[in-house]
Amino acid sequence: MINQSIDGFLHPNVSKSVDQVFVNAKQWLLFWLAGAPGWVVQVASSLINIFALLAVFLTLFAVMSVLERKILGRIQNRYGPNRVGPFGLLQPVADGIKMLIKEDIVPARADKLVHFLAPILIAAAAILALGIIPYGRNMTPFTIDGGILFFFAVGSTTELAVFMAGWGSNNKFSMLGAMRAIAQMISYELPLIITVIPVVMVVGSLMPDRIVAAQAGYTFGFVPRWFVFTPWGATAFILFFVSGLVESNRTPFDVPEGESEIVAGHMTEYSGFKYATFFMAEYIGMFAITGLASTLFLGGWHSPVTALEFVPSYVWFFLKLSALLLVYIWLRGTLPRTRVDQIMNFAWKFILPMSFTCVIAAAVWHYAGRGLRGWLWSLVVIAIVYTALSMLLDTQRKFAPRVYRFAE
Amino acid sequence: MSSAAVVIIAILTLAAALAAATLQKLMHAALSFALAFVGVAALFFLLGAEFVGLVLIFVYIGAVAVLIVFTILLTRRDVERDRGVNWSGALLAIAVFGGLTWAILKTQTVAIVAPPVRAISVKRIGDALMTSYVWPLQCVGLLLTAALIGALVLVMEEKR
Repeated sequence: MINQSIDGFLHPNVSKSVDQVFVNAKQWLLFWLAGAPGWVVQVASSLINIFALLAVFLTLFAVMSVLERKILGRIQNRYGPNRVGPFGLLQPVADGIKMLIKEDIVPARADKLVHFLAPILIAAAAILALGIIPYGRNMTPFTIDGGILFFFAVGSTTELAVFMAGWGSNNKFSMLGAMRAIAQMISYELPLIITVIPVVMVVGSLMPDRIVAAQAGYTFGFVPRWFVFTPWGATAFILFFVSGLVESNRTPFDVPEGESEIVAGHMTEYSGFKYATFFMAEYIGMFAITGLASTLFLGGWHSPVTALEFVPSYVWFFLKLSALLLVYIWLRGTLPRTRVDQIMNFAWKFILPMSFTCVIAAAVWHYAGRGLRGWLWSLVVIAIVYTALSMLLDTQRKFAPRVYRFAE
Repeated sequence: MSSAAVVIIAILTLAAALAAATLQKLMHAALSFALAFVGVAALFFLLGAEFVGLVLIFVYIGAVAVLIVFTILLTRRDVERDRGVNWSGALLAIAVFGGLTWAILKTQTVAIVAPPVRAISVKRIGDALMTSYVWPLQCVGLLLTAALIGALVLVMEEKR
């Protein structure tokens, strides 16, 4: 089906079959089990989904790890990895082999079982969260009524896993890192969930597929109906993106593993493959949160222009995902690390009130008719709250010698 | 297949609950407690009540278990000290068990086939919460906000 001639590429049937090529491939695989009992087919179908998900995202993890180092190198005016393979592209393979053959050191006084279970739990939670994201037309691995809720319920178990890692290591640095991580994860989980509420309200469903379907079509024939093009959607998207950045513990919010202060936070006592598992979980969590961001606000797998609708849906999804990941890398190369109290103040004094404003602005948008009038009114609501907040939180004239409470 | 799943999940849940009650290290007990809630959530999933199961995981593992774990960490450590058998606790447990057994044995309706109910979707729960149960919902919200503010007032730095 893919091997058809190029000039027939614009034909709707061809582009449709390219779009559905993975769905059809799965159907074809399941066709071999046609005679088997229902539960065998069900299990096989789930296994195919899980396998595809792991294959795609572990590859993306490898690609991302080398690309990130290359781009950071470019930002910092150096080469980055360039010894293994062409342009250093085989670096992840070398890294993987290195991690696998390293010695696994467990501290003598660590709680062995908890220390062992923590990385597994973190990785499992990160991978499970990937399951509900629609990667393309008919390509949601795990369709569930409360998909968005599932994402956050699974994500909330990460906190316990981080705590297990910190406590199980029996190390002060680990414990401090875990405390920091949990403090900022809990603080930012709230705005993360509240910025999703306007989308859920407007769509009227917790199902990711319905949310993507609600963003189909174009206003005035050329502006896509993505939520990011409404004032409340744009605000919620930015807040969601920043909170997601904090949730995935990345620069500038990588206080939990600030290497200049507390070695590596909750990962201090982990080595070899367990450390690699933590590393992988962090990246997979990042993919999940950016995937959810593009599903909620950037129209999921919808194409931005009518003329480009022949491009398969999953290509659009992964383009959006890569664009957001590129911003993650860019921010990491640009911004220095923030202080703990700055992160907390930012969450509770600015991000949280702004996310509540998004809910109100979305309601205003809905009741003013979802048109231009609603657009302007919701912009007014957001502008008023933003101005008021920035006047209230003005730090310009409050600079004074810093007072240390616990150090001289 | 479903009944086999129920049995497996029930055994796991009971084992985790028993571990939560008997383990010497408080931290292990707290983690087993979280595991027991995973089991209960799995039972809800099997019954088709996804929403309840998800909320159970969300609230009891994401919030309550983390809270318990923090409380254990921040309070005095007198673990691994054998306090002997807690007789009043045992008595209470036997009383609760007896009462439940009596109630279950007295109930006749277990064998009767339940009338068909419409599948409970998230949307229906949301509708019910926002229409018939909006006052209780608002009251709970007010109570939780008051608790949040109270906690903030308790830990606020005193300015001298």
